[in-house]
Amino acid sequence: MPTRHPTAASDVIVVGAGMIGAACAYYASRAGLSVTVLDRGPVAGGTTGAGEGNLLVSDKEPGPELDLALLSHRLWLELAPALRAEAEFEPKGGLVVASDETRLDALRRFAKAQGDAGVVTVEIPGDRLHDLEPRLAEGLAGAFHYPQDAQVQPALAASHLLRAAGARLRLGEEVTALLTGPDGAVRGVRTANGSRLHAPRVVNAAGTWGGAFARLAGTELPVLPRRGFVLVTEPLPRLVRHKVYAADYVADVASDSAALQTSAVVEGTPAGPVLIGATRERVGFDRTPSTEALRRLALGAARLFPVLAGVRVMRAYAGFRPYLPDHLPAIGPDPRVPGLLHACGHEGAGIGLAPATGLLVSRFLTGTAPGLDIRPFRPERFSPELLGETA
Amino acid sequence: MTRNIPYTVRLQPGENMPRRLGRSTDPRPPAPLSLVDARPGPPVEFTFDGRALTALPGQSLAAALWAAGITSWRTTRGGGRPRGAFCGIGQCFDCLITVNGRPNRRACLVPAAPGDVVTTQEGHGRAALDPQ
Amino acid sequence: MPLSTPNDPGAPAGRTESYDLVVVGAGPAGLAGAVAAAERGLSVALLDGDAQLGGQFYRHPAPGLGAAAPEALHHGWAAFDALRRRWEGSGGVHLPQHHVWTVAGERAATPGAGADGASWVVHAVTGPDGDDERSVAVRGRAVLLATGAAERHLPFPGWTLPGVIGAGGAQAMLKSGLVLPGGRVVVAGSGPLLLAVASSMVTAGARVPALVEASGYLGYARRPDVLATGPGKLVEAAGLVTRLLGRGARPYPRHAVVRAHGTERVEAVTVARLDGDWRPVPGTERRVPCDAVAVGHGLVPRIDLATALGCETRRTVDGAVALVVDPAQRTSVPGLWSAGETAGVGGALLAMTEGELAGTAVAARLRGVSVARPSARTRSLLRTRARLRAFADLMAAAHRPGDGWPAWLDDDTEVCRCEEVTAGRIGEAVEDLGAGDARTVKLLTRAGMGWCQGRVCGPAVACLATRGGRGAEQRPLPASPERRSPAVPVRLSTLAALDPDPGED
Repeated sequence: MPTRHPTAASDVIVVGAGMIGAACAYYASRAGLSVTVLDRGPVAGGTTGAGEGNLLVSDKEPGPELDLALLSHRLWLELAPALRAEAEFEPKGGLVVASDETRLDALRRFAKAQGDAGVVTVEIPGDRLHDLEPRLAEGLAGAFHYPQDAQVQPALAASHLLRAAGARLRLGEEVTALLTGPDGAVRGVRTANGSRLHAPRVVNAAGTWGGAFARLAGTELPVLPRRGFVLVTEPLPRLVRHKVYAADYVADVASDSAALQTSAVVEGTPAGPVLIGATRERVGFDRTPSTEALRRLALGAARLFPVLAGVRVMRAYAGFRPYLPDHLPAIGPDPRVPGLLHACGHEGAGIGLAPATGLLVSRFLTGTAPGLDIRPFRPERFSPELLGETA
Repeated sequence: MTRNIPYTVRLQPGENMPRRLGRSTDPRPPAPLSLVDARPGPPVEFTFDGRALTALPGQSLAAALWAAGITSWRTTRGGGRPRGAFCGIGQCFDCLITVNGRPNRRACLVPAAPGDVVTTQEGHGRAALDPQ
Repeated sequence: MPLSTPNDPGAPAGRTESYDLVVVGAGPAGLAGAVAAAERGLSVALLDGDAQLGGQFYRHPAPGLGAAAPEALHHGWAAFDALRRRWEGSGGVHLPQHHVWTVAGERAATPGAGADGASWVVHAVTGPDGDDERSVAVRGRAVLLATGAAERHLPFPGWTLPGVIGAGGAQAMLKSGLVLPGGRVVVAGSGPLLLAVASSMVTAGARVPALVEASGYLGYARRPDVLATGPGKLVEAAGLVTRLLGRGARPYPRHAVVRAHGTERVEAVTVARLDGDWRPVPGTERRVPCDAVAVGHGLVPRIDLATALGCETRRTVDGAVALVVDPAQRTSVPGLWSAGETAGVGGALLAMTEGELAGTAVAARLRGVSVARPSARTRSLLRTRARLRAFADLMAAAHRPGDGWPAWLDDDTEVCRCEEVTAGRIGEAVEDLGAGDARTVKLLTRAGMGWCQGRVCGPAVACLATRGGRGAEQRPLPASPERRSPAVPVRLSTLAALDPDPGED
């Protein structure tokens, strides 16, 4: 149980009790810092609670995001086994399937490049696909198996990491102002109930609302919501074993990552339901059901797994991925507000990228070398006039 | 879709009692059928777990099973516990049953049809899809 | 003349029929609304999951049962019968066994856009339980959501045993199937429905060994001010109690069934006296043998279709969530009306009143008629509504669940029936993991993630979630209505076969 000293100062205040905030709290706490986590809502109340819990390397082209994903993969395996179990960590592996030879060729080239960057990839010929996924559609050209892909239950992962962090947790408490000293440096936050919480460092882990928090703190971060729908089926036997999706998705990634729209991503869960993601739309914070999004997801899933056509969808819900214009997260100190750090904008990959993000943030907080090229994640990269000063 | 269970009680005993009930000398309360003066058509024959049963025409499977003294026809996924009808209006999905091989039918909504082969539903009822 | 006829040429291509008004729910509110609108010249489609008109209140035996006197199980049957005849003569289209799973808004630019520039597509699956292959979409310039209410349940140890059923469920099974759950039926919970259920059970031939009411039984009926506002003849409830007593039904006011006993089905219950907060008083337990338990704690609005569209909600006196509607029964979403229990549980007469108000208002809106000076009929309906709403609030306050009811739970009592989630696990999520609302409890425990999507356990989980635990020293978390979409399960193949939206490519 965390200690409760509402008025006491801490070394760092993390704003946001989602997966990223939880990971920041966990690694900061392991580095010996005292941590307070604040959220205006509950634990995992935003994007964390609306996601499927993807820990993916398979969908990432070589580059900074893949580096972050590979680091995260190692960190997940280093977490205590009990913590992994509580988060329902499943090293299930991903299976990216190609419907024809052209797509399989594109996938081969993509996988080769990933392999050079450290991703484990295994080509599965079309006639061996059913060894891995017995219920997969017939007649597919082949696939690549990504054993490093894994899944967690994101709300459990966030809440158990927060508990393991031993952070002070203040929920239902909205930050209304950043407290700064005469030199402009961070001194803490003020909250809606009038509390003043003191800390020399504040981490913006507010996810989709990270842009709003940045404005509150007197700086700028262009985080925008990108809506995604997920379908949840009735409980089923384990008829989907991996995270399965079509190579079109990868081909899109390889050509133009902004063009991702609606490839169905299908996976089973320990509890029984099959989850079907993932659409991407920029429609603000509109949660109203989109029958077109549901149609595309259902069609895509039934093409991959015809057996799913007759099962029933119990729920369809929307979540909002926090994205930045270059589809990379913002991780690190904000040179405009000394003491403020950002850890948000992970789009659809936040659950997977959380441990690496938390570790990097803890290294910034303790002044340790990050151990990774952090330049692509600099929060000020969208304000070109600042880059010269900090490059 | 409408779920208007009566809320305001406006009971008018004299008005609403069937004539037969009005006679206080009648020692036996009437069965539900005589209460509404029902003259059902010929019964519907079906089987439940191999046992031959009948339903009155238009009766739901749940009603027919109740009439046969059966109150459970599903076992839960987790604990394997018996379940039957609960909400009676299609909301709770506790009464899921397998009809002619199709699982997850709501027994409180689905009428019994002649020749139906009805079976207790085990867990998710989708064992046939299991690739193992 | 209807303002637009089904399949009018202005409608977008496809198999979707178009109407001026689509009414979801054919209970007292929906039927009254459909009749009012159709009689004012609108083309109206009336969708309901059931095969027959009437909803839950006027649920009656299927035609095959040949019931010559269905009114024997009903109150106010004549009002329903009259409304049904008017509907049959109105030219409206009844779509029975249509389970609406979503209502989708269309762009304002759609040809034939309706009230407030909106146009709606109402999607339904068909068949007795919505499992038929055929799915249907109908387009409406306005939509009236009259989706009624469902029973509120508070779990107790043993409540998952077969033979323990909803009080409303027992009533529904009797009204439609002419069956009883057993020979000895304990009727328990809270709310005026219990009296009706006990009466039905006894009338149909069951014994009611105990009639267990958690609140002060009939306490409100002793208040002359309440009785004066009461729409019905509540005083006759006293006569009913006397009659139930004559049939051996023993009343237990300020008591609750705190445990059901049995292995394969219920064999007995433990009844205990409650203190003012509904905590069982030790030493007051007594065992009552029975074959069935009909239990419920009043009704809660069914508003899944509305909340999915973002309709504004309010917290009712008894802690339920209802839609906010204006005097014309409009929700906060333009083009969407609602009437009956959805706007706050209040009974069939209130539902019919609101339905008529809604149907009248939709007709005025679509015909461009000014409603600055309401008709005498409308003014009368508004007065009736105000009186009945006030009465409903008094009743809701009288039967509001006491804060102490969770005291009758064990750690291993299943709260979520679908996913078999126990009170102990919910407690851990609240105490140890910081869950402070139903949604977070769901995410952390799966309570409410099963087939019913929390429609049964939701109110109880919400109570358990807000009781304390980690972070609880802070102010209460903002309550937001649960969004549950689709409103009923839909096959994947049905979703895959929806008409593509050309605007999305």
